[in-house]
Amino acid sequence: MDKYISTPLTEDKVMDLKAGDYVYLSGTIYTARDAAHKRLYESMLAGKDIPLELKDNIIYYLGPSPAREGQVIGSAGPTTSSRMDKYTPLLLKNGLKGMIGKGKRSVEVIDAMHEYHAVYFAAIGGAGALLSKCIKKAEVIAYDDLGTEAIRRLEVENLPVIVVIDAEKNNMYEQENAVIPANGKDDR
Amino acid sequence: MEEITKNIKEMCIEANLRLSEDVKDRLFQAADAEEKPLGKQILEQLKENLCIADAESIPICQDTGMAVVFVRIGQEVHIEGGSLEDAINEGIRQGYTEGYLRKSIVRDPIDRVNTKDNTPGVIHYEIVPGEQLELTVAPKGFGSENMSRIVMLKPADGIEGVKDVILETVKLAGPNACPPVVVGVGIGGTFEKCALLAKKALTRELDSHNEIPYVRELEEEMLSKINALSIGPAGLGGSTTALGVNIEVYPTHIAGLPVAVNICCHVNRHVRRLL
Repeated sequence: MDKYISTPLTEDKVMDLKAGDYVYLSGTIYTARDAAHKRLYESMLAGKDIPLELKDNIIYYLGPSPAREGQVIGSAGPTTSSRMDKYTPLLLKNGLKGMIGKGKRSVEVIDAMHEYHAVYFAAIGGAGALLSKCIKKAEVIAYDDLGTEAIRRLEVENLPVIVVIDAEKNNMYEQENAVIPANGKDDR
Repeated sequence: MEEITKNIKEMCIEANLRLSEDVKDRLFQAADAEEKPLGKQILEQLKENLCIADAESIPICQDTGMAVVFVRIGQEVHIEGGSLEDAINEGIRQGYTEGYLRKSIVRDPIDRVNTKDNTPGVIHYEIVPGEQLELTVAPKGFGSENMSRIVMLKPADGIEGVKDVILETVKLAGPNACPPVVVGVGIGGTFEKCALLAKKALTRELDSHNEIPYVRELEEEMLSKINALSIGPAGLGGSTTALGVNIEVYPTHIAGLPVAVNICCHVNRHVRRLL
């Protein structure tokens, strides 16, 4: 089902999203990938402030290519989400409501999504040029030294994403494929 | 040396903005043939993505890869004016900086500080007869690289064992490797030779086939079996899981049957030039 959703991603919006929904997302979202997640996680464990508000927000697992003159951002597709799995449950516990990436998630992440009510979207991997056209503003807000891995605040308009795992643990990757354990163990 | 640097620079940029015709053709054919509506929609978006990348000089994918360079040097060639390796890395540096490509390389796998210019590349040299220099630049993204595997089979496992390894690897990769994928397979050699064969297989045109009849048949059989897995575009179901399977073989030891499967996403980039 096609849905148009604006941020903030509040509880009621999360609970209305079902695996398989095709969503056009608008509003403010944040980017963070491996190195930024590690820093966020370590800061939170140490009880320090982090540079973004997690509550009702969405993190896009993205490290863009540089923008040319006149462009908002370079190529801007999703990276593989499973590398963020180690850090994700703590972010969900602290209010994160949505994640955009590609690929499978761990049982721990899916359980935390269920417990704290959050949703996992897939954007199309390898469609970075197309997806960049939906990004209207981009600004580095933290960890500038990480280059492409810095945290950016993005303003997006009708960013096309698909709900792959919803807060009820419905999982499109499971529905569409036979049972496929990853790395010899079932980490769906 | 300057000519080599200039060519590498141009090839890095070209590879990241435009797919070669063979890969593009397969993607376009797949979009026509895909029967699942969501799968077809995704393949159409990938086609549109290629048009935008070309028209607006935005990289096809934000992961512009680690630059893998194959150098085939004719043994009569004498290169003057400094280090060949430095010239190639300088080309990568210029290409990734001036071409607005992403800098994805860290200087050490453990301390992980970004080199900020995408160097160094991974360079493979081969000395061949003749007086020409052939360069192949194949920027490799890591979403798919991470899902690649090497397995040391026993000779008793035979060709059926090889088929199982290939299929299992594609299944394990699932949605993570950005399907539809291109599958490069190496069979034989030693541990490192086998991996290199798989990487080289990815740079072979998709409309070509291995000249050895049983290998050619294996390529065709595996493509059809992989597509029957129904992983589909973006891993969301459909009949398009792979755009092609290229296999290379090499003599091996009486005790071994190494198999390497190098997975590449649909952005299977390679540019070749003869100097």
